[in-house]
Amino acid sequence: MILQSLLITLFSIILIAALLTAAGVFTWVERRVLGFFQERLGPNRVGPFGFLQWIADTVKLITKEDALPPDADVVSYRLAPVLVAVPMLAGFGVVAFGPGLAISSLDMGLMFAMGMLALTVYGIVLGAWASRNRYAMLGGLRAAAQLLAYESFLGLSLMGVVLLAGSFTMGDIVLAQQDYWFILLQPLGAVLFFIAGIGAAHRLPFDLQESEQDLVAGFMTEYSGMSFALFFLGEYLAVLLVASLFTTLFLGGWLGPFLPGPVWFGLKVGIIAFVFIWLRAALPRPRYDQLISFAWKIALPLALLNLLATGWILAVWRAAP
Amino acid sequence: MSLDAAPATDVVASLQARFGPAIRAVQPTGEPFPVLWIDAQASPAIHRYLRSEIAQAYGLMTDLWAIDETTRQHRAGQPPSGVTLCSHLTSFGRNADIRLKVACDAGSPRAWSIAQVYANADWYEREAFDMFGVTFEGRDSHRRILMPPTWVGHPLRKSHYARATERDPFRMTDEYFAAEERAQVSTPEELGLAASRDGEDLMVLNFGPHHPSTHGVLRILLGLAGEELVWAWPDIGYHHRGAEKMAERQTWHSYIPYTDRIDYLGGVMSELPYLMAVEQLCGITVPDRAQIIRVMLAEFYRIMNHLLFYGTMAQDVGQMSPVFYMFTDREKAYTVIQAITGARMHPAFFRIGGVAMDLPNGWDTLVRDFIDWLPARLDDYEGMVLRSELFKVRTVGVGAYDTDTALTWGTTGPGLRATGCDWDWRKARPYSGYDNFDFDVPVGARGDIYDRTVVRVEEMRQSLRIIRQCLENMPAGSFKADHPLTTPPMRDKMQHDIETLIQHFLSVSQGTVVPAGEATGQVETHRGLAQYSLISDGGTRSYRTRIRTPSFAHLQMIPQIAPGMTVADLVVHIASLDFVMSDVDR
Repeated sequence: MILQSLLITLFSIILIAALLTAAGVFTWVERRVLGFFQERLGPNRVGPFGFLQWIADTVKLITKEDALPPDADVVSYRLAPVLVAVPMLAGFGVVAFGPGLAISSLDMGLMFAMGMLALTVYGIVLGAWASRNRYAMLGGLRAAAQLLAYESFLGLSLMGVVLLAGSFTMGDIVLAQQDYWFILLQPLGAVLFFIAGIGAAHRLPFDLQESEQDLVAGFMTEYSGMSFALFFLGEYLAVLLVASLFTTLFLGGWLGPFLPGPVWFGLKVGIIAFVFIWLRAALPRPRYDQLISFAWKIALPLALLNLLATGWILAVWRAAP
Repeated sequence: MSLDAAPATDVVASLQARFGPAIRAVQPTGEPFPVLWIDAQASPAIHRYLRSEIAQAYGLMTDLWAIDETTRQHRAGQPPSGVTLCSHLTSFGRNADIRLKVACDAGSPRAWSIAQVYANADWYEREAFDMFGVTFEGRDSHRRILMPPTWVGHPLRKSHYARATERDPFRMTDEYFAAEERAQVSTPEELGLAASRDGEDLMVLNFGPHHPSTHGVLRILLGLAGEELVWAWPDIGYHHRGAEKMAERQTWHSYIPYTDRIDYLGGVMSELPYLMAVEQLCGITVPDRAQIIRVMLAEFYRIMNHLLFYGTMAQDVGQMSPVFYMFTDREKAYTVIQAITGARMHPAFFRIGGVAMDLPNGWDTLVRDFIDWLPARLDDYEGMVLRSELFKVRTVGVGAYDTDTALTWGTTGPGLRATGCDWDWRKARPYSGYDNFDFDVPVGARGDIYDRTVVRVEEMRQSLRIIRQCLENMPAGSFKADHPLTTPPMRDKMQHDIETLIQHFLSVSQGTVVPAGEATGQVETHRGLAQYSLISDGGTRSYRTRIRTPSFAHLQMIPQIAPGMTVADLVVHIASLDFVMSDVDR
């Protein structure tokens, strides 16, 4: 019993360290890739190919002054970035990186991860409110409105997968894809989930709560130093979490020939993360009311339709002799 | 500049018939348009007549400004005046201009407001008050526009000092800072704007002057209901440097670099109207080669500006990448400009009577490289930006206005042509040899943000056409005029004999003496009409340099268009106006 607890603790520490590193490396990858997309080089000075840039950034952010706006609500202001970053780390607790390789194989694992993704909005709204800044306030309001919009079809879009797999546990869902990846059976669900995932991770083109063109930096306008870094960490972890969920739900998780499971998993997550960067380089941003009306008027009905059709086909299929 | 003289005489005759003694004098000038002195009290009625009652009306008030006449020596043929208020009107139907002048008292100048007739007179009248202390009958308030509210005196008056050393040393104390801050407008009550709508308080958002999307130090006070704009109130003057005052201290020649910085993205573009006016005063005819070099560089800077506009436009819609591609193109263009002028953003390359030096060896290869490179890139951007559905969703039908509204607010350039009006000074009144070129004037239809973008993109293609014609037909000859007032004169002219050497020595050490008179230069820049109205009092410096910039007019329209937009729309709208603050504040 004690040994098991120790093992879980150890595994958790390793996982957190790995995730923080992954998020750091991801910032470097993103900046380099964006650079190449944009006819420039990106950071290439620190270490080979600029690889150590993320470490330099971390050192800078930790040592930088963490300024507090004079009117801010101190407790909420300090708490908000933590509320963004920590649920993301917790969300990874149920992700299965390989056969049996998960800190916890909760039987409601998928729901837990979705819940953790949704929790970040509390951090954002709290941070926006605590800053006592009008741009931050607008960002916070947008975050809340946007959350309602994309959450409405984020959950529904993956219910088809749950129906097919008959389980909410990550490991079971992966194992149910031995024959086919679910992206083949659930293409519409995959697309909708991906779109909602961009919203959940607050990435361009759905980064309306921090859209720097109109809101300066939205909810994190007043943040600096390590608090700012925590918001960013939360954002990059969210991208990785959404990519992990997408891999698990639609791309067969760790399944793949020759290479060990976790390597396959990492590769697939990397590809999805790359697509995130690609979209960021390519797309303009819709207005928030356009995004919200897209979510409610197009995406939500489509997600419902997808679920109904999946359920109906499954019922017919199983009823057949 | 050549205008048809026929309708111009008509308008003077019909004004004299209609208003009799209220038309006090016709001023003899070398200008291609009539300059009339009118009675102050009759000014609104005369303006109204010209705007809406006369056939082929003067729909556009391009400029309104004042002249301090107190130390002017050469005023032959002009009624006595202490401070003169001028308004410059343009009729597209006649393709003709008219200038009206009102004489005011020097001590407390007072005139009649014409803001009821030409809506865009509002900001110009505020400027005349700010700079000259002219007060207007018929205005509710006189609020400074460029100077801080705490400023004492009116800077463009001859009695006001021009140099910091002419006043006590400036010290930034805490009290001074606090007083300045208190004096800033920050509540709707001070402006007479609504503080609430339907019983709900509005959120007042101070947008700028250090906001990433205001394209410079522009401040707009916004009244927001949720994210919807109820009103917007632009506050300018943060970039004011007193360029018009500086002109009165610089020689005619040494002012050229300042004009570069009026529109700091325009490079040589603002040198052109200034020099056209100076050359008109001097009676210099610029040789063909110099004309075509000027045209080529002006079109290069038009492309440079539109590329930057295009990139930042996409960026303000949230699209990250295009601006980087366009900077690659701009860098290519800069290699050409660098080779020709030796500088990049502010080349100060044009001279009185020509350009600074001849084209370098191999310039044609560089230019050809660039004009062969850009079209394919523009095609790429079209797919990336203009045909992007997300871009269309954000811009089609947003920030739209029609031709009438545009003219009422003094909008010129691409912002006017996007509404379907094909007015372009290069076509309508060809200057610097533009009549020899074959190019089209792109127009839009809806007058929205999307059309404004498309018009500018098409203009780049037209500019490439013009540059190609310059390349293929560059005339031989001198790059500077053979005229005593050409500054600096050609070297072989100057070393001819002792007289020419003395002439050169004086014009370099003291400055060129430009004959007394008034002259106006009008140029279709990348933003619209730039108009320099110069007065020489027969000295080595300008007596009055009035700079009419397109950006100033375009900003004034924001409160008309903004209500009903969201903050995100406003950002895109601002981007589509394509102004720079140095061009607004001067």
